[in-house]
Amino acid sequence: MELVLSLAIGVLAASGIWLILRPRSFQVIVGLCLLSYAVNMFIFAMGRLTLSAPPIMPRGGPIDPTTYADPVPQALVLTAIVISFATTALFLVVLIASRGVTGTDHVDGQERES
Amino acid sequence: MEGNLLLVLVGLPFLAAAVASTVFSRAHNAAAWSSGLILAAGLGVLAVLRGSLQNGEVVRATVRWVPSIGLDLSFRMDAFVWLFATLVFAIAILVLVYARYYLSKSDPVPRFHGFLMLFTGAMVGMLTSGNILMLVVFWELTSLVSFLLIGYWHQGQAARDGARMALVVTGIGGLGLLLAMLILGQIAGSYDLDRVLAAGAVVREHPLYPVVLVLFLLGCFTKSAQMPFHFWLPGAMAAPTPVSAFLHSATMVKAGVFLLVRFTPVLGETQLWFFLVTGTGMATLVLGSIIALFRHDLKGLLAYSTISHLGLITALAGIGSPGAILAAIFHIVNHAVFKASLFMAAGIIDHETGTRDMRRLSGLMRLMPVTGSLAIVASAAMAGVPLLNGFISKEMFFAEAADWHNGTWLDNSLPWLATLAGIFAVAYSVRFITSVFFGPPPVDLPKTPHEPPAWMRRPVEFLVLACLVIGMLPGLTLGPVLNQAARAVVGWNMPYKDIAIWHGVNLPLVMSLVALAGGVALMAAFGARIATGPEGPPLVHRWRAQRLFERVLLLATWRAPRLLHRAFGTERLQPQLRLVVLLAIGAGLAALWGGLAQAPNPIGNPLNPAFAAMWLAGGACAIGAAWMAKYHRFAALVLLGGAGVVTCLTFAWLSAPDLAVTQLLVEVVTTVLLLLGLRWLPKRHEEIAEDRLLAAKVRRLRDLVIAAVGGGGLAAIAYVMMTWPLVPNVGDWFLRNAYQEGGGTNTVNVILVDFRAFDTFGEITVLAIVGITVYALLRRFRPAPESVAAGEEAEAESLADALLVPGMIMRWMFPVLILVAAYLFFRGHDLPGGGFSAGVTLSIAFLLQYLAHDVRWVESRLTVLPIRWMGLGLLIAGVTGLGAFVFGYPFLTAHAQYIDVPLIGAVPAATALLFDLGVFALVVGATVLMLIAIAHQSLRIARLRERDATQDREAA
Repeated sequence: MELVLSLAIGVLAASGIWLILRPRSFQVIVGLCLLSYAVNMFIFAMGRLTLSAPPIMPRGGPIDPTTYADPVPQALVLTAIVISFATTALFLVVLIASRGVTGTDHVDGQERES
Repeated sequence: MEGNLLLVLVGLPFLAAAVASTVFSRAHNAAAWSSGLILAAGLGVLAVLRGSLQNGEVVRATVRWVPSIGLDLSFRMDAFVWLFATLVFAIAILVLVYARYYLSKSDPVPRFHGFLMLFTGAMVGMLTSGNILMLVVFWELTSLVSFLLIGYWHQGQAARDGARMALVVTGIGGLGLLLAMLILGQIAGSYDLDRVLAAGAVVREHPLYPVVLVLFLLGCFTKSAQMPFHFWLPGAMAAPTPVSAFLHSATMVKAGVFLLVRFTPVLGETQLWFFLVTGTGMATLVLGSIIALFRHDLKGLLAYSTISHLGLITALAGIGSPGAILAAIFHIVNHAVFKASLFMAAGIIDHETGTRDMRRLSGLMRLMPVTGSLAIVASAAMAGVPLLNGFISKEMFFAEAADWHNGTWLDNSLPWLATLAGIFAVAYSVRFITSVFFGPPPVDLPKTPHEPPAWMRRPVEFLVLACLVIGMLPGLTLGPVLNQAARAVVGWNMPYKDIAIWHGVNLPLVMSLVALAGGVALMAAFGARIATGPEGPPLVHRWRAQRLFERVLLLATWRAPRLLHRAFGTERLQPQLRLVVLLAIGAGLAALWGGLAQAPNPIGNPLNPAFAAMWLAGGACAIGAAWMAKYHRFAALVLLGGAGVVTCLTFAWLSAPDLAVTQLLVEVVTTVLLLLGLRWLPKRHEEIAEDRLLAAKVRRLRDLVIAAVGGGGLAAIAYVMMTWPLVPNVGDWFLRNAYQEGGGTNTVNVILVDFRAFDTFGEITVLAIVGITVYALLRRFRPAPESVAAGEEAEAESLADALLVPGMIMRWMFPVLILVAAYLFFRGHDLPGGGFSAGVTLSIAFLLQYLAHDVRWVESRLTVLPIRWMGLGLLIAGVTGLGAFVFGYPFLTAHAQYIDVPLIGAVPAATALLFDLGVFALVVGATVLMLIAIAHQSLRIARLRERDATQDREAA
């Protein structure tokens, strides 16, 4: 499991990095989305992989924390999902606005001169 | 009691500044009276304090500020500080009286008085600081306020330039002083002034002594306008004359010499000190007096004369013997008295005639006899004419110069240099008097001169009287005070020095007589030629330090940055992003190089083939999305969604149901958003020709390598981390206490809305800001022309036809989705769900309506006010947080309990639920706002098209 997940993170991150280095704004947005998947899962994986033991407690009584998944990375990633949604929306609008103002979807607002 | 008085003394000018800056902007009298009375009270305090300083005692006061790190505000006053502070307060009052008549009705008075009082406060604070770091803070404050004062008439270019130059020069010096004080404190083992003053022997033996000395002198010399930093002072003459009279007589420039004298016991008495300080002082004295003779501007002459006199005091501090220190302190007082009166006189002349050019002024003695007489006495004091105060301290300086100190070449040349400077000082004083007050009556002046209002002259009269009294009865008036001040600096065992006018015929007297005769002869011989010559000394008048400084400033702040930017910067996004990625990879490598080791007993879960198959598909989706994003955007979007869904399944598989729910919902909304955005991008049917070029291929290959390295590195780190056993961490505490403390069983939700609710509060605020930003950006949005021209058909109608059945289903889904949202919301505290996922669900419900029908249909039936939802959400969350204050808990402390509701049973009723309601409302508002803003662009386009059509018809 660990190996598969780390390879998955690697593939997502590599695709994302390749895309954010591309010249078209849509590519950059897709790249950021992929990169955020990779990073979210990376953070999540820092709590180690736990199967079928979500951090949902029984009511009352002492519990053994080691038998549950680590809630802290989950809480962090939940926040990260929300924020990356917000930034994606913002980038999208900037993309649309820049496309309207400059007439091109190149990230620099003008086609490469050469 | 004295300690408290000292604190009052320091606080008074700041109080005056607060009062003066709040009066009505035309209330000249109110501002002047309030400031004047408060300063007079300060003089009263000083008079009381005097009694307890007579025998070498030091008054101290300490206010504990941050005791945990040993930071106190400590003040101290000895006889030297007392003398200086009295001088500052007295001159400040006279300047206030003078300014009352000098400033015109239209000048904003609160600003002037506020700054002037603030400056007085900074100066007094600097004088009385008992901690050398605090001293630097007040020192910097004087630089800052002097910037504001010099630039008081900010309408004028000269004032702005002069203010900026003063700030830059003294600011650089202040930085040097701060460094010097930091090192000094480290050497002495304390930042307490008393202990630093006592640590002279240690400091002078220390290997860092030369460094400290140079940095310290940089601070003092820039402040006191010593060569080669003198040029800011003439530039500062653009200030109103009261400001010049204050800054350049008793305060600003004297701060530097104050510090020099103060630190003589610590840093002085070495060969290096003597050469640096006395050398600079003598150079400034001689050159300043020479340049002063050649200035045609009245204030310019006085400015260079000030520079020259400061050089004299600096040279005395460099000599450093008890007699020299006494002479330095005496000259500080004398110079303040006669120079303040001369500046005021020059201001009166400027005020009454409209010009300061000595070539145009003449014969004013007939028109302004009283002012003329006062100015003549004051400038005679400046020249060092017997029976006036300037004569006595200059005589003491000559005596020190002629004395044997260490036999070096500089020591031997002191008497000659002093006499030379004396000759020029006499010459420029004579020039000032003869050209302004004597000669033929003035012609062609901008105003007809006459005597100023009586009260404008009173301060000058008072100061000139002081010149006379001190000059004739030095031993009776200032003798004891000066001796105490000098003893406070060099040590209380210094023998009492009698200050007398007459010491018999000796070398200093001869030097004085030579200077007087030489100066008068010089003017007699060359006076006419100087008046017609250029502004500045012959031969070198074109070469001005001021212009050089401006060129350097231009180079440093404009040309060099632009050059650097052109050489190393780029405005293109791709290289920047590449640099960021490479830096991140580099940082990761640097941090982990050799440190990334496999765990000795790796942990792990057995591989499930389904999981591997799932990620085979997920990875393919990701690579496919990367492949397609340029030419097939829609396909890329679908593939991106595929990768997202696999991610979401992974969360569900690995015990993170909350993440899975949220990821899924966000995935939906993101995809819809991107779909809406696709419409506005240019159509791309054929390939871009450049992509086939070799350069483009090389670029892609390079980026592929970067991406592979980055992704591979991340995978390696992730794998190694995951196989190390988990260290017990804060998560365990959350798990144990989620139910007892937070009243919920879903630990992730409890963390978000209770334990770490403040983070969530910040997060939803960010979401609100993004929502409003999107809305604001799109309000001014203009679509690309071809997007307007394209899509002639009415899309909405055709969509409604094509989606008749799905449209109906989507309409029916509305109440169902609302129910789902409510369900997710209420179970959130105990089971996966919560305000965020509920909010996104509700916005999907709205979104579906927009998809199923056109915008107008929805909005005629359904009114969504997203901004109100957002505002309400923030308000609920914030008020819930504030509610904790009422019960005496910190912000956002939650309270949890269960309430029995009939029929339903026990319902969790934590205040966290209220907070979650805020999150919910805000998420709904922000998401809907973004979606609607983008969806509305179609409407806008339709309107644009209609408008164009009407215009075309009208044109036809």
